[in-house]
Amino acid sequence: MTVVNNFLKQASAGLRVLLVLTVITGILYPAAVWTVSRIPGLHANAEAVDTTLVGVDREGDQWFHTRPSAATLPASGGSNKGERNADYDAVIAERRTTIAQREGVSEDQVPPDAVTASASGLDPHISPAYAELQVPRVARETGLSEQEVRQLVSASTGGGFTETVNVTELNRSLHTAR
Amino acid sequence: MSSTAAGLAQVGLLIAALAVVYRPFGDYVARVYTGTKHMKVERAIYRTARIDPDSEQRWGTYALAVLGFSFVGVAFLYLLQRFQSLLPFDFDRGSVTPGMAFNTAVSFVTNTNWQSYVPETVLGHTVQMVGLTVQNFVSAAVGLAVAVALVRGFVRDRTDRLGNFWVDMTRGVIRILLPVAFVFAIVLVATGVVMSLKSGVSVDGQEVATAPVASQEAIKELGTNGGGVLNANSAHPFENPNSWSNLIEIFLLLVIPVSLTRTFGTLVGNRKQGYVLLSVMGVLWALMLTVIWWAEANGIRPLEGKELRFGIPGSALFANSTTDTSTGAVNAMHDSFTGLGGGGAMLNILFGEMTPGGVGTGLYSILVMAVIAMFLAGLMVGRTPEYLGKKLGKREVTAAAVSILAMPTVLLIGAGIAAILPGTQAALNNPGEHGLSEILYAYASAANNNGSAFAGITVTNDWFQASLGVCMALGRFVPIIAVLCLAGSLAAQKKVPETAGTLPTTGPLFATLLAGAIVLVAALTFVPALALGPIAEALL
Repeated sequence: MTVVNNFLKQASAGLRVLLVLTVITGILYPAAVWTVSRIPGLHANAEAVDTTLVGVDREGDQWFHTRPSAATLPASGGSNKGERNADYDAVIAERRTTIAQREGVSEDQVPPDAVTASASGLDPHISPAYAELQVPRVARETGLSEQEVRQLVSASTGGGFTETVNVTELNRSLHTAR
Repeated sequence: MSSTAAGLAQVGLLIAALAVVYRPFGDYVARVYTGTKHMKVERAIYRTARIDPDSEQRWGTYALAVLGFSFVGVAFLYLLQRFQSLLPFDFDRGSVTPGMAFNTAVSFVTNTNWQSYVPETVLGHTVQMVGLTVQNFVSAAVGLAVAVALVRGFVRDRTDRLGNFWVDMTRGVIRILLPVAFVFAIVLVATGVVMSLKSGVSVDGQEVATAPVASQEAIKELGTNGGGVLNANSAHPFENPNSWSNLIEIFLLLVIPVSLTRTFGTLVGNRKQGYVLLSVMGVLWALMLTVIWWAEANGIRPLEGKELRFGIPGSALFANSTTDTSTGAVNAMHDSFTGLGGGGAMLNILFGEMTPGGVGTGLYSILVMAVIAMFLAGLMVGRTPEYLGKKLGKREVTAAAVSILAMPTVLLIGAGIAAILPGTQAALNNPGEHGLSEILYAYASAANNNGSAFAGITVTNDWFQASLGVCMALGRFVPIIAVLCLAGSLAAQKKVPETAGTLPTTGPLFATLLAGAIVLVAALTFVPALALGPIAEALL
């Protein structure tokens, strides 16, 4: 019985501590971070308005396409398919065929990032190889020269440790250029 | 830069950053738990809670305080979710179902942060901030407190007092987690992490959910919690926008568990005792990183489930660190890893989360393993083993064994039952041995309070919600009670002086014994199960 009593005593102290710490870490702390994040210049876009951090595929041949997405928007997510999943092999093969036809190239020219789903389903990036593959089609459909499109691609190319092309940014500059 | 060079640069930067903060931060943590003065805000907390901060507790009371605090934590978080529709910032996402609310409450209180829910459609900002963020702080502080209590067991001489749980926990939050999390939340904001109170934004005509990410992101990594603010966790560009934020997040999830070895050395008065633990952790971490990185670089479709901005090295580094600590955040989908890479992540978890393990939990787990290693060494030479001047008798070794065996017991029973239940087949996302891996990984993650997943598995039926919840609770609290019992019986002992027959615990012999014990226990327990899942897949 003493153990039960002691437990109840500790639990009631615990409830009081929890409520105080909830005010500090659950209300004051996020409010403070939110306030500081509004300091001009610290974060260009804390609300993510017109963000280029995420990529969603745009329909139509005049756009650069993102990687395949397994997300169900507004939520994010990946395919979670294992590499020995034969059903998923078929899905990937189909994607490869579609892209090869769309870009008018042979299937072995389609880079791996073009046929595999990202982890978030919102990956804004593609490889420079996949961007280059799409340049002739986008130039044809937008009426811009391949040279101009390549310049836009290179303006949206960057990255810390790996070189990537931001499709969201690229498509917006494409929209402005037209 | 080639991919390999870029990866090595990231590993180098990470290790350099950890090396810079190791001593000052580890010593600071030691001072936090040895200081006698209370800060003003702490006094206010103790007054409000009617706690005498200068009284100390026996191990039993300390354990009851941990249990009582965790119990009200679960109840509070459960009710918050059940009544979500009455709270602001709920965006009509409605109240969470009982099974999911139970699972999530246990998950965050036990520092597991297993997620059976999709945050973007299930949780509003109030539950995320007032419920989940709070537990991210306090569950980590509970781990720290238990670790410190165990260290006191080794340090103290003939006493029945282990310290005051409320003081240890409060100091962990106020002096360690809160300031570091605040600074790094701001740093993450500066790298581009989103901090929005809106429900979502329109991106090129499509709605993408947003959240107050930065504040939760910082403590999620720092506290080795790992519960994603958004479904894709640290793979989501709003949580982890570029390689720099990625590296900072990996640093955050390693910094406390790594530095605690310094804290330990400082507290026991012999820093080499801490370095030897760090060396064991470091060697196993580096070894497993090599395995996972190599496996992922040589996969059949290495980019599936990975974000291009992190590439393979950035994803492997994160995956290894999140499963070596008990974080469980992910920046790539482990379910899509190769048999060897995903199996490596699972093996990290099965090592029992001590290389370097979670905040506090890593230190007390490796100390328990050190007790086991010394016991085995004692058996070989036929001598009563000692560790840090304390005899390891029947009571100590029993407590250590209970602590070590709790996890495999609930894991194998849970996964075994799940594998034969008729409803499980439909819950799997992949056929064959990979499907079994999904089940195994789920129970390994729950029983070790990791929280990462082979996320294809659908764990929303009542069996999974209930059984994984129970696994998380037992995997957390049985070891904690055993560890505190061990601490109590160590503290009661008189220190024995070192003799010529004492096995030194600062050299390579002890390091080898300890690493051997970690690997052997995991191998003896899990090889049969692993053979049917990841090993079979890797060999096919």
